[in-house]
Amino acid sequence: MSGTKQSLLTKTCRSNAYHNKYFGDHSKFLPIGLLLAVMALILAGCAPQAPAETPSPSSPRTLTVMTHDSFAISEDALQTFEQQNAVKVQFLKAGDTGTSLNKAILSKDNPLADVYYGVDNTFLSRALDEGIFQPYKSPLLANIPAEYQLDPNYFALPVDYGNVCLNYDKAYFTQNNLTPPQTLDDLLKADYKSLLVVQNPATSSPGLAFLLTTIAVYGEDGYIDYWKGLVANDVKVVNDWELAYYTEFSGSSGKGPRPIVVSYDSSPAYEVLYAETPLEEPPTAAVISDNTCFRQIEFVGILKGAKNLELAQKWVDFMLSPQFQQELPTQMFVFPVNSQAALDELFGKYLKQPLVTARVNPADIAAKRQVWLEAWTEAVLR
Amino acid sequence: MHRNGKLKLPSWAGALVLWAAPLAFLGVFYLYPLVNILKISFTHSDRAVSPLIQALSSRSIQHVLWFTVWQAILSTALTLLLGLPGAYLMARYDFRGKALVQALSGIPFVLPTLVVAAAFNALLGPRGWVNLALMALLKTTQPPVTFVNSLSAILIAHVFYNTTIVLRLVGDFWAHLDPHLGQAARMLGANKWQELRYVSLPLLAPAITAAALLVFIFVFTSFGVILVLGGPRFATLEVEIYNQTLSLFNLPIAAALSIIQLICTLVFSIIYTRRVKHLARPLSLHPRRYTQHKLSNWREKILAGALIALLLGLLTTPLAALAARSFTRFEAERGQHTLVNASVTLDFYKELLINRRQSVFYIPPVRAIGVSFSYAAITVILALALGFPAAWALSRDSKEQKSPIDYINQILDPLLMLPLGTSAVTMGLGFLVALGRPPLDLRASPILVPLAHTLVAFPFVVRSLTPALRSIRPRLRQAAAVMGAPPLQVLRQIDLPLTGRAIIVAATFAFTISLGEFGATAMISRPEFPTIPVAIYRFISQPGALNYGQALALSTILMAVTAAGMLVIERLRIADIGEF
Repeated sequence: MSGTKQSLLTKTCRSNAYHNKYFGDHSKFLPIGLLLAVMALILAGCAPQAPAETPSPSSPRTLTVMTHDSFAISEDALQTFEQQNAVKVQFLKAGDTGTSLNKAILSKDNPLADVYYGVDNTFLSRALDEGIFQPYKSPLLANIPAEYQLDPNYFALPVDYGNVCLNYDKAYFTQNNLTPPQTLDDLLKADYKSLLVVQNPATSSPGLAFLLTTIAVYGEDGYIDYWKGLVANDVKVVNDWELAYYTEFSGSSGKGPRPIVVSYDSSPAYEVLYAETPLEEPPTAAVISDNTCFRQIEFVGILKGAKNLELAQKWVDFMLSPQFQQELPTQMFVFPVNSQAALDELFGKYLKQPLVTARVNPADIAAKRQVWLEAWTEAVLR
Repeated sequence: MHRNGKLKLPSWAGALVLWAAPLAFLGVFYLYPLVNILKISFTHSDRAVSPLIQALSSRSIQHVLWFTVWQAILSTALTLLLGLPGAYLMARYDFRGKALVQALSGIPFVLPTLVVAAAFNALLGPRGWVNLALMALLKTTQPPVTFVNSLSAILIAHVFYNTTIVLRLVGDFWAHLDPHLGQAARMLGANKWQELRYVSLPLLAPAITAAALLVFIFVFTSFGVILVLGGPRFATLEVEIYNQTLSLFNLPIAAALSIIQLICTLVFSIIYTRRVKHLARPLSLHPRRYTQHKLSNWREKILAGALIALLLGLLTTPLAALAARSFTRFEAERGQHTLVNASVTLDFYKELLINRRQSVFYIPPVRAIGVSFSYAAITVILALALGFPAAWALSRDSKEQKSPIDYINQILDPLLMLPLGTSAVTMGLGFLVALGRPPLDLRASPILVPLAHTLVAFPFVVRSLTPALRSIRPRLRQAAAVMGAPPLQVLRQIDLPLTGRAIIVAATFAFTISLGEFGATAMISRPEFPTIPVAIYRFISQPGALNYGQALALSTILMAVTAAGMLVIERLRIADIGEF
């Protein structure tokens, strides 16, 4: 544990040593800068240390892993991997899912990393078509159900999933003697007028997932009519999950005006886990009836041109192993695909998951994403 | 003017020396990445029609372009409407707490949009204090005020963010104008308005135009405000570039839109450069203690009080609401659409100090503050070191005769604004494709963040310094030179002292821009070195009251360290610049 901290600290100080050198050049003319620099050094909490970097002979190798912003891992898990393989893992967080994939594609001739984790099933075809990965048939795939293995050629391997489902504010429905919605059709009823808030599918990944749910249920010919019905029933559209959940939704701590929101099946459990005051029951619940949720699956792959092929394969195996998989729910708010991974008891108690989720073929999503989004924008926003 | 040939410094060569460093920096870290990404984007195009024509002929993109322009004009006008009276107050009067008012008015500038949205929401949202009070008063269950996702939200947020630009740029210039000119006009029978119209405003014109241009380009390329507060029905070019790049992977169209945005920026900058050349006049600038007086009579006190109340009301009430919320715990009475029981708590702040998930990426708040300050320090130094020579070169042009310097300046001046008009997404990807080969493999280097911040800060530094440098009477420099001072001594003893305040203003801008920048930082920062805004974003993107509370707590910390940083910069005095 201290090993990781130590090395992070050395890195900070190294970079400050660099700043120091830089300030030296200009300090004569710019005392402001010098003062700020000193302030920065103090605040960075780095007393001048021995500048010499001691190359530690035990871990000469580095593996670079590129991920999206939401990636997280515990110190213990990382240390296990680093010690077992005598390697130092460096993480590059490359923005949200779309941004990081863009970066992986634009740098494919001169890759930034050995491994890239974070492409999901809505972007999968795009990543495969661009040929950024090289295939690897990990032995751990044996423990992963076939429904998650969307790439039959093993370029992209499934790591985790999350279900995008409608969430509702339980108190609102009990107070108003109303049954929570059970199907997408319910949302068109007069009883649910002005209750729903969703995200713009062009800017938000749960928003896109919900649009895909409606396409799966009503078909390419029918989803626009369904959305026109939602508009007639006064659906509210905002650009991102944060605003929908914390500003518009009445079940979150933001206490907005609308009691139904598009979020995840796991959100109610997190309302308990991260409550302000300890809660017995989550204040919200997810609608999990058949074909109302969309399953997002996230994948890892070894980048073409990876410098450390053997280590990269070890890392992929590690991400699919129970040790890493078990901490997915607490670290990243998503769930393991490895059937051997055990869930924390909290999730056993509060997590309710859908049995049948709506499905759209990744190749169709890649081919028609733009057409669908444009038609949706035309029908709902204009 | 140039009676003595030796005084025409700097000559051809001199101008080039001044321009060398800024141009080298912009060339390597701006132009080279930009050209690379645009080139790659266009080679991705498989259609026969040029993407530029395709973009310009699309009706929805014409719509976007039109909206971008008119909301920018309206936002700039509103910002000037609030900012100019505020600048007058700051310039001409000395009152207790002035430094604090100025620092508070600068805070919005650094806050990430998601936080500003949360701040306005705490005040004007469906369950904000205003709506809660109105609902109790009117006895309704529906919130009477709709704020989020409306045009007024966009306009108010733009004014909220950018008023500080007008306050600082115009206010500090105004503070050094000789009040005797106005007094002379009054003596000759002009009334207050005539004095303002025919004396003060013409003299202030360079600073006002500079501020207006900066505000305009900022709101013209507005991204977060439109996306978060404006909502899905509004899109500027910048938002459309983001959508086309990251959601639709339509790189050719995104590149075409980037170019349209750059051309617009260039056109506005050229118009500005043309206008401002005729506006600038050499002035005798005076230290503030000669130009300012205390609020003397009741009428002045009431007017000033009302103005301060208006400024603080708009600029700091949302911040106060946010800070208050970060110390408040609501009892769990979910779904009750009435006022809930609230109590004071430090829980969110305590939670910031705990690595509850044992995450490798856990960041103690002190660390994020340290990283943010380090980046800000480098940005201030780089931006000043590059901006001062550029501004100095710009201010050297002679009015009477056409010299080579004039031509160089005329071409370069508008180009300096381009980094402000460039989309953060485009730049982020540009760094990626261009800076990936040795000796410049900076793609994963932490130094990339302050370099990107410097690109944004640089035009601000140049625009804050140029009006002050231009207004120095050439005779002062000439006199110094006649008495035998070499160019460097002229710089140190004439230009630096007379522009001391402007340098402080420039430094403050660079500092706050770096502290608050989120778009580019999120794309290129390393997880070990997150800035405060990046750390805030990590919390606000997760469900659970504790995560939301921590985001608000960290935002409050960001506001506090920003205000502290600005007060420190205010107090900094450089040796002989002290007076100004």
